[in-house]
Amino acid sequence: MSTIGYESWAVDLADVGAIYPFQGWEVVMTIAAVIFWLAWHRIQFVQEGQQMEEARQKAVDHEKVRESIERY
Amino acid sequence: MVKKINLKESANSRGSDTVDGNLNALTTVFTEFYYWVTIVIMFLIHVGFCMYEVGASRRRNHMHTLMKNVMIIPLVTVSFFLFGWWIYWAFPQFPLFGGLDLEAGAANLPWSENMATNLDDRITGVFWAAFLLFSWTAASIVSGSVIERIRSSALWVHAVLIGSVFWIIDAAWGWHYAGWMVQYLGYHDAYASGVIHAIAGGYVLGVLMVLGPRIGKFAADGTPRNIPPHNPWMLCIGIFLIYTGFWGFYAACNVPIISPEVIGGEIVGTTWTATNIYLAPTTLSAITFNFLMSLSGGLMAAYVVSKGDPFWTFSGGLAGIITASAGNDLYHPIQAMLVGAAGVVIVYKLHHWVEKKFKLDDAVGAVAVHGYAGVVGLIMAGFILWGSPSSPFEGYAVITPWGQAIGAVIMFFVLGFLPGWCVAKMQSAAGVLRIPEEVEMQGLDYDENHAYEDEKAAIIEAEKAHLAAKVIPAE
Repeated sequence: MSTIGYESWAVDLADVGAIYPFQGWEVVMTIAAVIFWLAWHRIQFVQEGQQMEEARQKAVDHEKVRESIERY
Repeated sequence: MVKKINLKESANSRGSDTVDGNLNALTTVFTEFYYWVTIVIMFLIHVGFCMYEVGASRRRNHMHTLMKNVMIIPLVTVSFFLFGWWIYWAFPQFPLFGGLDLEAGAANLPWSENMATNLDDRITGVFWAAFLLFSWTAASIVSGSVIERIRSSALWVHAVLIGSVFWIIDAAWGWHYAGWMVQYLGYHDAYASGVIHAIAGGYVLGVLMVLGPRIGKFAADGTPRNIPPHNPWMLCIGIFLIYTGFWGFYAACNVPIISPEVIGGEIVGTTWTATNIYLAPTTLSAITFNFLMSLSGGLMAAYVVSKGDPFWTFSGGLAGIITASAGNDLYHPIQAMLVGAAGVVIVYKLHHWVEKKFKLDDAVGAVAVHGYAGVVGLIMAGFILWGSPSSPFEGYAVITPWGQAIGAVIMFFVLGFLPGWCVAKMQSAAGVLRIPEEVEMQGLDYDENHAYEDEKAAIIEAEKAHLAAKVIPAE
């Protein structure tokens, strides 16, 4: 058993095409990639929302905000 | 029995007529130029490491940090010319499965005609240099973790040992078409998850355990403190440059074009191909897909797991590539992305657990980004590529999880951690490992900085005096 479909390289390379593992599972892998990508956006939206809220609550000291502005 | 071939033979083989002769000449020149380009691109890895280390260090240690890394270049180059390159050709079966291959080694000794200007061998120089740049990388990985408290003299001994001895032994065993790990374990590590990254991470872990943390790194209750980089922007651009050089490294790990006849293994027919270092077929397209997808998986996972921390996000991109590197000659791009992402999550969690548990001060996270990522990547490749041929030669073991796991132990512990720890122990016992506490507090650049300020003040005073005496003010 070989995940790439070849157990040895005793082949003519002119007859060889795809050599990646789990051929036939491309659609499933694509679905997994889409889930990974969309999940990343979801997690990032939530994280950034929390960070913005924390930053907003810290930004009440006008002296520190002025220092930040002057630091450019 | 594996046919004794090497790239010089593949590129210089002469045809029986003019057409074959011209084709072989073109192949030789193409191969020579191909490796030369990868070497120039790989130089950026070292530029990136220098920026990364200096960015991570505090202002009072800049120049020593820079010099510590820069001098790795000549020291590893000279030692790699003198004996490192010979090790690669002489050690594939030594010592467990055969003696030294003195015949293959002879052509790569410093007094061989092949190791010089030679119209009959246009490949050895560029192939040697490609491996040399890998050596610099292995040494540079060690250099970053130990900044601001190791003596340069001690680090430079480690640089020669990892760069010209231990990594090249592992390359002979597990990154050579005739290496015993490939033959008997089916070890597969196409773009060096283990042979560069796991070994360097393991080595630096051994050194760090003896060296100890920087002053102030841990609170009295053992809680680790972050020692922020003086210039996060410089540090991040440094990693960008490492990415760029790493791409060249990927190309350098391939044989760009070779015929089945020259490989001399089981492949039949006449179709020429690019191969990995084991002379098994792959393509530049495959590794371009997989380099970028594993980089992306690593960056995305690192961003969320570190909550957008720039240092860990950039390092995570690198760790993503490193995790997928063992199998990136064969993976599907989505597999490369998911492997890179999963590896980064494991590496990030493991780094913080080890730091807290064992009080390790790894200034640039190299044990995690290189060592843990390399080990995780090797084992993952064992599962994903299970049963696939490791080599085009008959009788070699196929890729398995246990072969990869044993390989990971050899890389990280046997050739990495143990030598690093032993040599650091000897240096510590001799009092030549760590800088004095007073110097650590005042900074390694203390003298230079004061000399600079004194010289600056002196020249300003001199120019002011000249202005007052000689120059008539404008109306």
